[in-house]
Amino acid sequence: MAQVSDQDRIVITGVGLTSPIGNTLPGYRGSLLEGRSGVQPFETRYMGPVLAGVCQFDELRYQKKKELRRGTRAGSISVFCANEAVQDSGLDWEHVAKDRVGVYIGITEHGNVETENEIYEISKFGYDTSTWSHHHNPRTVANNPAGEVTLNMKITGPHYTLGAACAAGNIGFIHGVQMLRLGEVDLAIVGGVSESIHTFGIFASFKSQGALAENADPTKACRPFDMQRNGIVVAEGGGLCTLERLSDAKRRGAKIYAEIVGYGINSDASDFVLPAARRQAECMRLALKRAEITANDIGILSSHATATEQGDIEECVAIREVFGENLKMAVNNTKSFIGHAMGAAGALELLGNIPSFQDNLAHATINLDQIDPRCGLPQIVANKPRAMGQVDYILNNSFGMLGINSVVIVRRFEA
Amino acid sequence: MSPEQIRQALLNILTRIVPDEDLSQLKDDLPFREQMELDSMDFLDIVMELRKQYRVQIPEEDYPHLATMGGAVTYLTPRMKDIQA
Repeated sequence: MAQVSDQDRIVITGVGLTSPIGNTLPGYRGSLLEGRSGVQPFETRYMGPVLAGVCQFDELRYQKKKELRRGTRAGSISVFCANEAVQDSGLDWEHVAKDRVGVYIGITEHGNVETENEIYEISKFGYDTSTWSHHHNPRTVANNPAGEVTLNMKITGPHYTLGAACAAGNIGFIHGVQMLRLGEVDLAIVGGVSESIHTFGIFASFKSQGALAENADPTKACRPFDMQRNGIVVAEGGGLCTLERLSDAKRRGAKIYAEIVGYGINSDASDFVLPAARRQAECMRLALKRAEITANDIGILSSHATATEQGDIEECVAIREVFGENLKMAVNNTKSFIGHAMGAAGALELLGNIPSFQDNLAHATINLDQIDPRCGLPQIVANKPRAMGQVDYILNNSFGMLGINSVVIVRRFEA
Repeated sequence: MSPEQIRQALLNILTRIVPDEDLSQLKDDLPFREQMELDSMDFLDIVMELRKQYRVQIPEEDYPHLATMGGAVTYLTPRMKDIQA
């Protein structure tokens, strides 16, 4: 492997998250190892109850009530996760140069929740547009979730979101790596968030597409790779991390969760919604190449599979093509526990696997009672965690509509 | 609505707009902004809530009348006198 200076090596030094099964990394990891689902019935406007992954975190830990009222759910999730990440990082925040901090947050979409709320509100006033809120624009600008973080934490460096459908969580990490290597910032707060369960539109659209999961038992609803899978469970959540150059992290004696050693982003250029195994495979190979490793080096592959008919099959075709000979690798899936957290999915799915570097366990994919033979990868970890030998590399897949693919590879950090 | 009822209505609106503030000692003759964190977007919420809850339309040039509780009650009394509390 080529020698890379510590200046160009980027490491994860702090983790903040909220998920339907935990609001700290240890709590979340514990739920993943226990096989606990966070999917529950959820009331949504016009449609009645649907199934969703719902987060319950202390919204007032870092925000005043007025900030909550003025802002958005995505903003609130972001503020919580960013503060938690910085606190976890052990950074002396008061003395961090705030103009050298960048906030880069992946989102699937933003503004649908707030727009739907306003339309509902003016409907009660005969659609009198003078009752349309002056808060609508600041709530719906695409940078809102990242901007709320800067307002809350007094960060004066760059902030913006990265709109990349369900590939966005990974892309938050990738962008942070790039900005640190370019010297644009010295600390990057990165990852992904989603508030999407608060608009009926996402559920209604998946339902019209025939891709919304239904099950009498909510905890069984999200079942990637299973013969009985019948679609997506939408979730909210957030996962943000502090990224630093290894040289900076070492200087301050920081705890290091993992090093980001490879990544890939590419496009299918083939369909609005249908995935393409060929391009997914290319994206995974691109990440392996950047990491200067081979397919056989990957210990855990965190799959994107959303429990749709074709999505799961396509990803398995791609994984088989690239990793067919790596039979010691574990393939797992986080959505089976929490549903599809959209912009947060890539981040939460990566973060839930990172403790494997310490505990050498691969969490499972749950609700896998009868595997679809077309998804029959021998590496899939069904229902119970698998004890691994030492895990050195984790690969995280995240794919999204309009054919965007993203892959991140993290490595166990050895001091 | 009586002046006292209008004052209470404004207090209820303020409680929603600035939920972190203690409004029990609010002085009627001092500007709201000197007594609480209230920026221009919050101020517009007062106007919006009066519009939504009481259908009172306040032209922009009259906004200065709403700077204090006393001024707001005086300004709103003739405009809200026919509204049932």
